Amino acid sequence: MVEVGLGHYLTLGAIIFSIGIAGIFLNRKNVIVILMSIELILLAVNINLVSFSIFLNDITGQIFTLFILTVAAAEAAIGLAIIVVYYRNTSTIDVEKIQSLKG
Amino acid sequence: MLVHTLFFYIFSFIAILSAIMVTVSKNTVHSVLFLILDFITISCLFIMIGAEFLGMIMLIVYVGAVAVLFLFVVMMLNVAQQKKEWFSSNESSKHIPVGVLISIIIFFELTVVIGGWKFKPDIVSPMSLPLNLDITNTHSIGSVLYTDYIHLFQLSGMILLVAMVGAIVLTFRERSGLKRQSYFAQISRERSDSVKLMDVPSKKGVDIDG
Repeated sequence: MVEVGLGHYLTLGAIIFSIGIAGIFLNRKNVIVILMSIELILLAVNINLVSFSIFLNDITGQIFTLFILTVAAAEAAIGLAIIVVYYRNTSTIDVEKIQSLKG
Repeated sequence: MLVHTLFFYIFSFIAILSAIMVTVSKNTVHSVLFLILDFITISCLFIMIGAEFLGMIMLIVYVGAVAVLFLFVVMMLNVAQQKKEWFSSNESSKHIPVGVLISIIIFFELTVVIGGWKFKPDIVSPMSLPLNLDITNTHSIGSVLYTDYIHLFQLSGMILLVAMVGAIVLTFRERSGLKRQSYFAQISRERSDSVKLMDVPSKKGVDIDG
């Protein structure tokens, strides 16, 4: 069995990142799952930063993981607040029915 | 080292499986629960490779705050038992091939980047702030975060403040027709405004309008 190195952790991060991207593309049900996919993407970025920090022997990666954590928490709070306001106005958060911009 | 390898594979298998379940789960509550499982598994991985502080912070911030916030919103908006199918119409299922294709392409690009980095490892020259193994992980993060990155630290505090104010402003709603206590009117009330002493003549009663 091979020893677990930097490549293994980066591959794990890449897989979770791709699953997050796929979640954004595939989910056509409600917006909350799209926000959760964004959280998955940020998690994958965190995995990359921490594994680089550990295997390249540099603490900076962990510091920036902390900042990403902060931004992710703020983004989740604002996103959920927007969803709550939208639900209050239109009483739906289906992705199919959110089309007032006609995009 | 064998145990470390085994644990890595177990944890990453659980993490990938639960990430897939987050995206394909029909029930939104199940998605949130799998997201929590994913966060816990990844923080186990962080603790395993020696970033204990970040692993614990992930548990506290993500599982304790963000995921519970998601769960709260899902329950409040009543979308949990909304639909039992994956898509709200057949119209949208034609996006599946494109989405899968794009995410697979992104995955292969990332893999190529990782592989290419392995062939030329001297590109990266780290060690600007080397890990000190004599002190704990938390200690070393603190000694860097509060000195070299103090401005970014303050700025992230401002981001959190703005997010808090924004969330409150967005969801605040002034309801009409609500009877509220008016403290100022209550306190500034005087005896002469409310009590009037009348000299009531006998057997005649009081004229209320006067």
